[in-house]
Amino acid sequence: MTEVQKIEFSPEAMLEVSRIVSHYPQDKMKSALLPVLHIAQNEFGGWLSAETMDYVARLLHIHPIEVYEVATFYSMYNTKPVGKILIEVCQTGPCCLNGAEKIVSYIEKKLNIKVGETTKDNMFTLKTVECLGACGYAPMFQIGETFYEHLTEEKVDMILENLKQEKLKAINN
Amino acid sequence: MGRKLLLEHLNKANINTMEGYLQNGGYRSVEKALKKMTPDEVTEEVKKSGLRGRGGAGFATGMKWSFLDRNSGKPRYLLCNADESEPGTFKDRLLMEKIPHLLIEGMIVSSYALGCRTSYIYIRGEYMFILRILEKAIAEAYAKGYLGENILGSGYSLDLHVHPGAGAYICGEETALIESLEGKRGNPRIKPPFPAIAGLWGCPTIVNNVESIAAVVPIINDGGDEYAKIGIGKSTGTKLISASGNINKPGVYEIEMGISVEEFIYSDEYCGGIKNNLELKACVPGGSSVPILPNHLLLKMSDGNPRLMTYESLSEGGFATGSMLGSGGFIVYDEKACIVRNTWNFARFYHHESCGQCSPCREGTGWMERVLHNIEYGHGKMEDIDLLWDIQRKIEGNTICPLGDAAAWPVAAAIRHFRHEFEYHVKYPNRVFDEDHVYQPEMKMQKV
Ligand SMILES: Cc1cc2nc3c(=O)[nH]c(=O)nc-3n(C[C@H](O)[C@H](O)[C@H](O)COP(=O)(O)O)c2cc1C
Ligand code: FES
Repeated sequence: MTEVQKIEFSPEAMLEVSRIVSHYPQDKMKSALLPVLHIAQNEFGGWLSAETMDYVARLLHIHPIEVYEVATFYSMYNTKPVGKILIEVCQTGPCCLNGAEKIVSYIEKKLNIKVGETTKDNMFTLKTVECLGACGYAPMFQIGETFYEHLTEEKVDMILENLKQEKLKAINN
Repeated sequence: MGRKLLLEHLNKANINTMEGYLQNGGYRSVEKALKKMTPDEVTEEVKKSGLRGRGGAGFATGMKWSFLDRNSGKPRYLLCNADESEPGTFKDRLLMEKIPHLLIEGMIVSSYALGCRTSYIYIRGEYMFILRILEKAIAEAYAKGYLGENILGSGYSLDLHVHPGAGAYICGEETALIESLEGKRGNPRIKPPFPAIAGLWGCPTIVNNVESIAAVVPIINDGGDEYAKIGIGKSTGTKLISASGNINKPGVYEIEMGISVEEFIYSDEYCGGIKNNLELKACVPGGSSVPILPNHLLLKMSDGNPRLMTYESLSEGGFATGSMLGSGGFIVYDEKACIVRNTWNFARFYHHESCGQCSPCREGTGWMERVLHNIEYGHGKMEDIDLLWDIQRKIEGNTICPLGDAAAWPVAAAIRHFRHEFEYHVKYPNRVFDEDHVYQPEMKMQKV
């Protein structure tokens, strides 16, 4: 038997959803879809399952297919599970002029995974993404809402170790 | 030192807060516009300023505003385009992150000119941390009475909201942005109808870049004529340039339109020259979509005069010898940079970002990526170079939105000006990772 996680927003998330919905005319609730999917992804483990998307559809009074077609279009929505820490390295031209490719291979080696994969302990997923608007501060990656810029191998070590410790602490508490 | 109209107060204490912003003369243009000017007078000043859209296309802002259908009886919307996804561009981010109130002030004055009751800032989802900065600043503006009902007792009311995207370059295209704000996939619409007639929810809509809207503030404060005194010809005012690549001082610079490209690259006030004492090889002056230029065409125009940082000068000579100012994403390549690798990288970007509606773009971008990958990795044939030329030519002009052109131009320009590098890759497939292949040492390490 698989454990069924009950899909329901926390009261805080629900409050945030109503605030967002209020930004649009009453009959244009669908406009809240992108921001609400961001909240859903945060609430339910960093990715959007079919159940999560159906839940969002019910909340916004739209058809599930309207949610699926959006979730699969935008690169920030993960339609498959990801590790606790999602590393998104910019791999576009300007970053490559300043060593982005080197950083990607360094992380691959360090975590013993390839781009697109997740570590066995489910801690890290490595992804390459396109220009994040930090070209002058390359190389860089984004984790969660934070941009880490001017990366070096030492900096990468430190950042990943700190984040991992934070996650472990949160789990143990 | 050039004049600064947008970043003048960048390093002032607490400039990101309402208090700090007011101490530095903030929100004067709101007082002036809402209390002393009619909406049409505001538009008139913007027309006089000669301001051209800073998002890439350079369309005259005042003119665009005058196209807005004011008689439809429907609500009108101003959408600020903060999608900033053009590779090499990171100026809007600086403005919003450090001086969020400047954008909000510009939104209030512009919305007043256009007669909007509600306006939105559409920001790329990856900038979620900036969305939070903006929302905090917007809350401050409501608290001070600059937003909401009856602003400063003027009778004018405005609500302003920030709307996040979720990772799609195409949503920077204005009709895709509108689709996205409606909660759909970012598929560009066929024009006409133009957004000024039927945009968001079918209502008359204006879409403007962050920097364009911020520029409205100094234009109203000092007058359009004063703004137009800066610059040359039809390139008036100041422009934010995002400088990246192989330079000593990457970053965002506010320049007066009309300084020379050479000064911008070599002066210590700006890029500070090429890194590691290497030579300048090439430059993409306006974001990844505009043609790359080799150093000799970059620094001088066809008449031998210095090339300047203006819309006209950068595009002088057409695509044969010129490029475009675009979004001001200024990417500099040193002598060791591999043009083929960079072209492949950009082709991959456009393939990834094509929305897939139009077959020339959907199929063509992927095809170009694969051919370029082959050449870069030593599996190319001489015919492939002509094949690439053929593919890009068949994409250009054959798509609903300009993403197709944006994918075609970088490939065309790279072949036009650096054909020898493509031929070198084909002729010496084994040398692609040799010392002779002066390109990035990193890629050598990866392959071995
Ligand atoms: C594929 C594509 C991407 C674009 N991305 C952006 C962008 O990120 N930001 C922007 O302001 N304009 C972008 N534009 C231009 C917009 O369509 C539009 O012209 C601009 O926002 C108008 O504002 P402006 O007149 O103030 O420049 C893009 C256009 C295309 C075709
Ligand atoms: S190219 Fe990496 S942030 Fe722009």
